[in-house]
Amino acid sequence: MGLHIVVCIKQTPATSNIQIDPVTGTLKREGMVSAINPFDEYAIEEAVRLKERVAGSTVSVLTMGPPQAEESLRDAVARGADQAFHLTSRAFAGADTWATSYTLSKGIQKIIKEKGPVHLVICGKQTNDGDTGHVGPGIATWLGWPDVAYVKKVEAVDEQKIVVHRMMEDGVDVLEMDLPAVIAVLKEINTPRVASLKGKMNAKKVVIPQWNEEAIEADKKCIGLGGSPTIVSKSFNPPPRKGGIKLDGATPQEKAKALVDKLQEHKLI
Amino acid sequence: MNYFLTEEQQAIVETAREIAEKKIKPVREKHDAEETFPWDVVEEMRKADLFGVYFHPNYGGLGGAGFELVLVVEELSKMCGGIALALAATALGTFPIILFGTPDQKKKWLPDLASGRRLGAFAITEPEAGSDATATRCQAKKDGDFYVLNGIKNFCSNGESAEIYTVFATTDPKRGARGVTAFVVEKGTPGFTFGKKETKMGIRASSTYELVFDNCRVPASNVLGKEGYGLFVAQATFDISRPGVAAQALGIGTGAMNEALAYARVRRQFGQSVLSFQSTQHMAADMATTLEAARALLYSVTRAMDVDMKAAVDASEASGKTVYEELKKVSSGRWTKYSAMVKLFCSDTALNVANNAIQMCGGIGYMRDFPVEKYLRDAKICQIYEGTNQIQRNEIGMMLTKELAAKGL
Repeated sequence: MGLHIVVCIKQTPATSNIQIDPVTGTLKREGMVSAINPFDEYAIEEAVRLKERVAGSTVSVLTMGPPQAEESLRDAVARGADQAFHLTSRAFAGADTWATSYTLSKGIQKIIKEKGPVHLVICGKQTNDGDTGHVGPGIATWLGWPDVAYVKKVEAVDEQKIVVHRMMEDGVDVLEMDLPAVIAVLKEINTPRVASLKGKMNAKKVVIPQWNEEAIEADKKCIGLGGSPTIVSKSFNPPPRKGGIKLDGATPQEKAKALVDKLQEHKLI
Repeated sequence: MNYFLTEEQQAIVETAREIAEKKIKPVREKHDAEETFPWDVVEEMRKADLFGVYFHPNYGGLGGAGFELVLVVEELSKMCGGIALALAATALGTFPIILFGTPDQKKKWLPDLASGRRLGAFAITEPEAGSDATATRCQAKKDGDFYVLNGIKNFCSNGESAEIYTVFATTDPKRGARGVTAFVVEKGTPGFTFGKKETKMGIRASSTYELVFDNCRVPASNVLGKEGYGLFVAQATFDISRPGVAAQALGIGTGAMNEALAYARVRRQFGQSVLSFQSTQHMAADMATTLEAARALLYSVTRAMDVDMKAAVDASEASGKTVYEELKKVSSGRWTKYSAMVKLFCSDTALNVANNAIQMCGGIGYMRDFPVEKYLRDAKICQIYEGTNQIQRNEIGMMLTKELAAKGL
């Protein structure tokens, strides 16, 4: 029987150095090469590994994005996913994390309707452009499913439950959840493989359904810019960090003394 | 240079390059220094389907032939010729099965070799039988439905790591060359063990072992071709496998040049980049020119061979006859001369280039914490194995003489 795993991915600029247009306050996308959000590569790899662990499993990949985001879905199939679904419509544009997670949850419900039950949804920890980490837990909330974010290891999984390790600042939590559930994974969870040749051939052939707001029966008040409660009042590139003070001294002792003097001067020690 | 690769061949190159960059580069120094077999990389190559590029789809392959194998081996060898050998030596062990395997033999062994689940190896060399394979002493005595093997083979690449071995043993020592027979022997067969692990100048990530046969009973159904046809099997195998060694050499040479140019460009002496000196540029020009000539020869020969090979493989799948039988029908002639030429030219070129790459880098090029000296150590074997370059010249010379004789000259 196996698991049906849905991986939610996003096509983002292929860099971690995102520039913001100071006039409009939006991300500058012109001339940017796009790729699968790096954190989502770990989500895809983990889904494929779970597929290999649990016989008879299937991996579906889902994205919301403009027509060119189909490239990232094909890339995910090359990396081992079996099928892909594309939520695309002008009406989805400008969505914040609330509207995005709503739209993806409706996409997952549509997948369930068309393809049967989904056991597990896997997201990357966050995207490299938005950086919020909201979407995974948001999807779980919309679906009414349990979720764990910051997962660094899947210890055990079957069709009923999953045991995961969550990385915390002060250690690791080992958590068990009933399925269906959502997890958001860290880059520590695995090292993604190189896309296989057979995967690349599948990726060329795979037929990817495109679903708009009607197809997923979305409430139009909850999607796109209009459905997004977040208002961007201002956004900016943080000013580059200024150079610090260089403490001179002939010996390490002198340098240490200069440092202690400085810290005392600022009443830090 | 545009070699007009198909979309699939381009994907093969990109995949092999990504494996080389992401999975081989970080570990090549460790496997070389510690002389450990690169199982970590083998697993990545399996997952990426690289082992299957030259197999027929009936065995889970991607339907390519020698050229696809050459593309993979070249890309991997640009990073590490030793690690690339895990795949290339598997191909050498596999070709006899592809060429001479019956439908049952092919079904039994090719799927695991195509997926990389099991590695292959080829064992012909013995202490007294190097270039002269007619001096084979390892014996195979018929006993009912079995042959009993006794003796040793040495210098076996992928030894101990591989599970499927093509082994050459004599079934009739009196008959010399016509007494040798090829067998498939699986790891784990009682009486088949591993002796000395060799320590080598280069390709240290590759395991080179002595194979020991002590009353090892091999089913008669594991004979490839017929009894006494072993050296035909070996020669026909070398005809199509030598481009694999050539590709390894070409990759090593190209990798050495890439490292040397990158260093010479940033290295400054007398106030200028070392690459800006004319003496350095001439050295670089000779490297690039000879490598490109080697590549052009290798690619054109392999592609021409593949026209016959693919036709023969397809015909064999339909007829149930061996690929070798079908090859004799479609082929205009044997490939011995051209496969010897590519092996000879690519490996001589690689050694020159790797040698000059060290020279271009100066002292740092000689140091083991810089990647260039390893290329020279790895390049050297390409002039020796699968027939020394002296044997290649013999074969080319012999073929030229035969061609003249055929013209009545």
